Amino acid sequence: MSSLHLAIFSPFLMAILIPFIFKLFRKLHIGWFVLILPSILFLFFLSKIPLIKDGGVLKATLNWIPSFDINFVAYLDGLGLLFTLLITGIGSLVVLYSIFYLDKNKEKLHNFYVYLLLFMGAMLGVVLSDNLIVLYTFWELTSFSSFLLIGYWNTRERSRYGAQKSMLITVFGGLSMLGGFILLSIMTGSFSIHEIMLQSNTLISNELFLPALILVLLGAFTKSAQFPFYIWLPDAMEAPTPVSAYLHSATMVKAGIYLVARLTPIFALHGAWFWIISLIGIITMCWASFNAVKQTDLKGILAFSTVSQLGLIMSLLGLGSASLHYDFLSKNIYMGAIVAAVFHLINHATFKGSLFMVAGIVDHETGTRDIRKLGGLMYVMPITFTIAVVGTLSMAGLPPFNGFLSKEMFFTSVLNVLQMNIFQMETWGILFPILAWLGSVFTFIYSILLLLKTFTGKLQEEKLDKKPHEAPLGMLFSPIVLGALVIIFGFFPNILSRNILEPAVASILPNLLQENDRFAVHIRFWHGFNLELLMTIGVVVVGILLYLTLKKWRNIYNIFPKRFTLNRFYEKGIDITEKGSYSFTRRLMNGSIRSYLIYIFIFFIGIVTFTLFKKDAIKMDTTNLAPIGIYEITLAVIIILGSITILGAKSRLTSIIALGAVGYTVSLFYILFRAPDLALTQLVIETVSTALFLLAFYHLPQLSRKEEHIGFKLTNALISIGVGLVITIVAISAHSNKMFDSIAKYYIENTHDKAGGGNLVNVILVDFRGFDTMFEISVLGIAALGIYGMIKLRLSNQKKQQRRMADENK
Amino acid sequence: MEILMAIVIGILFTSGVYLILSKSLLRIIIGTGLLSHGAHLLILTMGGLKRGAVPILGEDGSKYTDPVPQALILTAIVISFGVTAFFLVLAYRAYQELGTDNVDKLRGSEGNE
Repeated sequence: MSSLHLAIFSPFLMAILIPFIFKLFRKLHIGWFVLILPSILFLFFLSKIPLIKDGGVLKATLNWIPSFDINFVAYLDGLGLLFTLLITGIGSLVVLYSIFYLDKNKEKLHNFYVYLLLFMGAMLGVVLSDNLIVLYTFWELTSFSSFLLIGYWNTRERSRYGAQKSMLITVFGGLSMLGGFILLSIMTGSFSIHEIMLQSNTLISNELFLPALILVLLGAFTKSAQFPFYIWLPDAMEAPTPVSAYLHSATMVKAGIYLVARLTPIFALHGAWFWIISLIGIITMCWASFNAVKQTDLKGILAFSTVSQLGLIMSLLGLGSASLHYDFLSKNIYMGAIVAAVFHLINHATFKGSLFMVAGIVDHETGTRDIRKLGGLMYVMPITFTIAVVGTLSMAGLPPFNGFLSKEMFFTSVLNVLQMNIFQMETWGILFPILAWLGSVFTFIYSILLLLKTFTGKLQEEKLDKKPHEAPLGMLFSPIVLGALVIIFGFFPNILSRNILEPAVASILPNLLQENDRFAVHIRFWHGFNLELLMTIGVVVVGILLYLTLKKWRNIYNIFPKRFTLNRFYEKGIDITEKGSYSFTRRLMNGSIRSYLIYIFIFFIGIVTFTLFKKDAIKMDTTNLAPIGIYEITLAVIIILGSITILGAKSRLTSIIALGAVGYTVSLFYILFRAPDLALTQLVIETVSTALFLLAFYHLPQLSRKEEHIGFKLTNALISIGVGLVITIVAISAHSNKMFDSIAKYYIENTHDKAGGGNLVNVILVDFRGFDTMFEISVLGIAALGIYGMIKLRLSNQKKQQRRMADENK
Repeated sequence: MEILMAIVIGILFTSGVYLILSKSLLRIIIGTGLLSHGAHLLILTMGGLKRGAVPILGEDGSKYTDPVPQALILTAIVISFGVTAFFLVLAYRAYQELGTDNVDKLRGSEGNE
């Protein structure tokens, strides 16, 4: 096992150990113990930077199901490294933060850290797998552990609702993605991402290509909370804040981004990839930032802000995929979008992580997250306030923080769209800068809103549950580190570019790899007075104006009726599905045997008739028929009369007698058709069963013994006539379609010589086919025992008597 | 003859199915009785009718009737008898315990709500 595999599996191993350690060391907060692992992993992945920087990759294979080409291939390249650093780095900080956030006496910490470690391992597995099926396995494990973490406070109804919702939506996407992966493997014969990449040029003409693309994108969009699947993310805010900071800002929601980035070399040559991702991304960005302004909950604002920023990154990835369509590499401006996407991915992880932690601190120290109750915390919590200033201004895209740089690069990328001459971008391209600018304005508004409503104004102490004060240093440590990173990346973005960004971009656009120098130059180019800067100034000016007049236009959110929100659609959908299937089952499974029999018979008639016509099997061959004599006609008439008598009989006794008549006539038929053994058996058995029928008749309950007419029912009559007709037609056609002779010749020749008997039927029963007879005897034995048991065993009566006695005693 | 038998069997099946679709348990069991008669006659008819002597060696015919369907029917008769007997006693016990033979009243508690 390689070190990579060990790194992926270590969180799982650790998760197994947690409960034991928890039991052993009651006094210590178990988080301290957990903290060791992500820190070591972070250092481990840091040590790989020099290797990856020079274009190297780390690859290791662990056989899992070699016969299906499903092997655990761990593959570490620039993109994988970036994500592993995020996962382990922010993972360590979140664990540290959670040590101070979660009370060791009040919370079930062992559960929390087991889920968190499961999630961490799964996430590492997602970003390090080269095999699609292994990737899918880890992908579902992230959904699953995220479900557990959202529902961590499982006694709260909102937590369970949020957990269920996120589970349904992400698993829906995960399953679609699996479908896409399977289609990919059908097209290429491989599950390995890098092997599929080699075939990407021929893939595009395959008819399964577009379905695979859409299915994979469904997976990515549900996981990364893109429009219209973002609705699970705001409800996932019921999770403990460290979970929100880790899963729902820095890692899990970026799994979809990772997937899109990873599969760009496979799919990006298709126009649909560019269109869907860029458009959905930009719409998500604009729509979520617009909606974030109306939230009153700190975490609600952050959730919508996360959705919006994910949309931004997603659209950048889409726009960047255009670079594959242009051959003039020396001036390929579109790959700048990929650089911007990767850069903003890192920036977002830093400032959003710190903001969530700030929200958690505010919640922890004041007892509420409602911005209507908060205010004036600036002087009470100065350190938290400082971190919040850094985080929100970076989120709003203001200098000198890192958000400013990535926002400038974002504007550059959407402006570059105007120069595109593919996919009808000449006419539609203008959409992108407009939406991007609008989205940025709203981003600015909610960032400022978040900062000012929480920390400035008047302190409303009477509305708060606790007396607010500054958080302990341990809790502040993680957001301080992230806030410091925001500033460091803002001033010195180039420490990232050579080490992290270049290899990551190189693995998203491997086909342009020989132009390695171009990547580097492009990243360092971040100064200049240009249109992008003007756009930012516009954002700030318009944003401030809109913020100041917020009260006047706030009603705009009420214009849009609540009935048409996506959450309503989701809830209605769930409701309709549930009620619909319930009433469907209710209607179909009504508990009446007769209805079930009617279904069965109707299907029988339908299927047999359909097959008969389909195969053109109805035939009547009159050449090979036995002659009809007067006896046969008489017997046939008796049978028909007997069965009609049963149908029309008013009294049950009449029908029993008529059934007996039919039975005896059948035995007469056996005589006519040369079957003496059958006739004998039939006579005896008919006698015994008639006696049994009479016994059952005699014991009829007194109440319903009143004899009534059977009552004619048209549907029943039609169905039974249908069954009878089908049987007759099948019998006649089968008889007319004899394919080969009977095997009776063998029995006739060998009965005497080999079996030493004279009666053919009896020899077949006990000699040639004796097994049938043995089990037929068992059937009779079981029936006899069963009857005996039914008559003798009276368990319910004893219970009834006991209950009656108990009632009397009361 | 086979065609006449096919029609007779069709009528047996028709009345059997009609009875099975009725409310009374006893009629349902009578219906299964008619169905099994129909099935037995069907097996015999499909084997071909009256194609020679009774299948007992020593009869002077050079051709015998096919013995295989007869053996099959014999098995089927016994099994259907066992099942019918069991059902009848089941119906009898149901009368005793529940006081009804109406299938519609014999529904599970869920369906009655």
